[in-house]
Amino acid sequence: MSTLEVDNVSLSFGGVNALNAVSVTVEAGGITALIGPNGAGKTSLFNAVSGFYRPQAGRVLFEGRDISALRCPQRAALGIGRTFQNIALFRGMTVLDNVKLGAHVRTRTGLFSALWYLGRARREETQIREQIEREVFDFLEIDHIRRHPVAALPYGLQKRVELARALAMRPRLLLLDEPVAGMNREEKEDMARFILDVKEQWGVTILMVEHDMGMVMDISDQVYVLNFGQVIASGRPETVQANPEVIEAYLGTDDMTTLRRRLRGESEAA
Amino acid sequence: MDWLFLFEVSLAGLGRGGLYALTGVAFVLIYKATRVINLAIGEMLMVGAYLFIGFGAGMALPLWLAVILALLGGALLGFVLERTAIRPLLGENPISVFMVTIGLSSVLVGLVEIIWTANPRSLPDLLPRDPIFIGDAFVAPKTFWSFVIAAGVIAVFLLLFRFWRGGVALRATASDQGAAYAMGINVPAVYSLAWALAGLLAAGAGILLGAISGASSSMGVFGLTVLVVVIVGGLDSVLGALLAGVLIGWVESVAGVYLGGEYEQLFTFSILLVVLLVRPWGLFGTREIERL
Amino acid sequence: MRIGSPKETYAADEALFRTRTQWAWFGVLLAALAGFPFVANLYWLYLVCLVSINVIAVTGLNVLTGYTGQVSLGQAAFMGVGAYTVAWLENHTGSPFPVNLLAGSVVATGVGLIAGLPSLRVKGLYLAIATIAASFILLFIFKNWESVTNGTRGIGIEPPSAFGVALENPDTFYWLVVPVTVVMLLLASNLFRTRIGRAFIAIRDRDISASVLGIDLPRYKLMSFGISAFYAGMAGGLYAYFFGSINPESFPLLMSIFLLAAVIVGGMGSMLGSILGGIFMTLVPELLRYGIDFLGLFMENASAVLSPVRTVVFGLLIVGFLLFEPLGLAEIWRRIRRFFHLWPFRT
Repeated sequence: MSTLEVDNVSLSFGGVNALNAVSVTVEAGGITALIGPNGAGKTSLFNAVSGFYRPQAGRVLFEGRDISALRCPQRAALGIGRTFQNIALFRGMTVLDNVKLGAHVRTRTGLFSALWYLGRARREETQIREQIEREVFDFLEIDHIRRHPVAALPYGLQKRVELARALAMRPRLLLLDEPVAGMNREEKEDMARFILDVKEQWGVTILMVEHDMGMVMDISDQVYVLNFGQVIASGRPETVQANPEVIEAYLGTDDMTTLRRRLRGESEAA
Repeated sequence: MDWLFLFEVSLAGLGRGGLYALTGVAFVLIYKATRVINLAIGEMLMVGAYLFIGFGAGMALPLWLAVILALLGGALLGFVLERTAIRPLLGENPISVFMVTIGLSSVLVGLVEIIWTANPRSLPDLLPRDPIFIGDAFVAPKTFWSFVIAAGVIAVFLLLFRFWRGGVALRATASDQGAAYAMGINVPAVYSLAWALAGLLAAGAGILLGAISGASSSMGVFGLTVLVVVIVGGLDSVLGALLAGVLIGWVESVAGVYLGGEYEQLFTFSILLVVLLVRPWGLFGTREIERL
Repeated sequence: MRIGSPKETYAADEALFRTRTQWAWFGVLLAALAGFPFVANLYWLYLVCLVSINVIAVTGLNVLTGYTGQVSLGQAAFMGVGAYTVAWLENHTGSPFPVNLLAGSVVATGVGLIAGLPSLRVKGLYLAIATIAASFILLFIFKNWESVTNGTRGIGIEPPSAFGVALENPDTFYWLVVPVTVVMLLLASNLFRTRIGRAFIAIRDRDISASVLGIDLPRYKLMSFGISAFYAGMAGGLYAYFFGSINPESFPLLMSIFLLAAVIVGGMGSMLGSILGGIFMTLVPELLRYGIDFLGLFMENASAVLSPVRTVVFGLLIVGFLLFEPLGLAEIWRRIRRFFHLWPFRT
């Protein structure tokens, strides 16, 4: 069964069609990449899945269940984790608190218990702390910065903390919005390794938006190409890569040989 | 029901509404150009009234000169506040800037009380006193003339806004700051201009309000009603400020006369709460689209 | 100088006071608070009681404004709700004072939740204005609901009594207000060790992302409003008992601005800030009074300018701290502490 099914979703803002009858199927346990030029509607699709935008038409199914009517927090509670394109960490908190916040939907502590820090509050806080240390910090190699305020961290580490926060939720589906944008080569390689590990060790299904073709071609199982709010191609990475329509849409030119070379070049560079 | 009385009350309300509209325009001017919610607008208005007292009664200057000096003083105040307290917070969290304006309003109230004491004052007679009748209805002459003057000032202001170079720069900055800057508009100067003009308008409203009901250090509360006006109208809409100003002035007058003075503010603030719950961006304001 | 503080369990690392030094200081502080009434005179005890009441109200406002990012100018009015509830219960039912204080807080919480409803539709600044509106409406009710509030004449309240002792003067009232303040501060500190506190901060920093990560915004915003109003209600109830009479003028908008100033001056989003801000802002008027008394030696009716000078100073403190030290006194304190942690190896 597919983990996520976006079924004929249309979304428009004051006459501009951000998504036009888009259908995307994300198979369980795989990495699905969403590519396309800027403004193609990739992040809009993410927002429609997260519940931040309400599509005018179409449905979103998560593990076979129609979640179109659910609000953001309810969708998160079902196990849809996410990172953001323009790092959305909570600047007033430490790394540890940011990551703990990711575990919010897995905990139940009520106000009364929280005020006295007794019973459930004490139990849950200790428990998620241990889990985060064991599962997330060790895995992403950020245990040394747990008490640092996030605002002071370098960009690459901030991206990693964001991934940590998403993982603390123990998601079943992880939406990654440009996980390696703006990173140097070494950081990109680290991040690619983490993503593959998340898929293999944690068994999390991943849907990711990414501009770095090398990374997309290397790690994804399935690729969807979006242009002007429509899916123009989909399939295995190598099929999509060879699709002339994709090359034209993505790079907006018809000099196919140079472009093929550039696509290959990028993938070698990464 | 006494229709003539209702008509008279309504006219008085419109008169007051004119002042709300005038101050509201000053508020919207600052908001549009600098995106600052200026809670000190009522206190800027109060300072205008007291400057007029200072020049007109204290220094016994001719009244026309006192008016001009008070208006210039208001403009200077706006300019100085922006440069010293608002400019350094450019790009900061809007909530901080808002709280700075709360602090400024407190400072202005205190200064006025130190200089002129907290006792209410009356202003030198400025407006004609011959009774005015519209049909059979009597209008207090002060109310009538202040409405006429407010309407005239607003009209001049709207023309300036549309045709004068500075007005165009203001509008350009309001609609897209980055683009305005790229097109060579001196955005910092526009900020100063907006605050100075708003200070001038507020001072004018203060003189008129003081002429009607005297000046006191709690006059700034008028600014809270103006806040209601601009929110009902839509923070970034001049038209909204004008219509909502007149509307709220009318509602207040009618409520005040028929239910008792203490109900005036109850009505205004209840209207505010309803608008915030139903249509937070106001009648004519732009609805902001949230982005992730 | 302090070097590492090794721990064996993560639970220990989650504790409120994480080092033995911190525990020691907390103990010293409690001992000092317990010993203070035996050495201080009535004036100082009066000041400490007043500071405590303000600290409770400031802590509540800090939860809402400093931690959750929702500016409120209604805190004084919510204090009024607590105060009037206590006064009414005291005069009509004669129920014991702890019950009255709790009831006052609960009623204030209810009113706070209603006043917080606009926060579901509007954000930030609109909300501040909605709280101004709520504050005016409450003041109107205080003035006009004669049968309960006795209108502008106000109500008198008998002092509470415990174990047969009337807590009438600061030296006895101290034993009620200071422990309550300590407990209220500990409760609020605990809150920010848990998921609820983190949700508040997340809403302040990035509300939409918080929502996508599973934070139910309406629920937590209202919860924050409720907590803030509960603290205000408690402070208001204590205020009513402490001063023995209240009227609508006791809780003006200016007092809400005073409390907001205390949050800003002390440090938004910091419990230490609530304490420092509450102390500082309560003492400023007292210091000003000394200053004015001193001036009185040289000029006539200097006392007439006391109130306006106070107004100016409050305003300047708000503006000055926002411009030059936005993290407040708490940040200055942290800087001093950091200096001593490394001392004497680095200056």
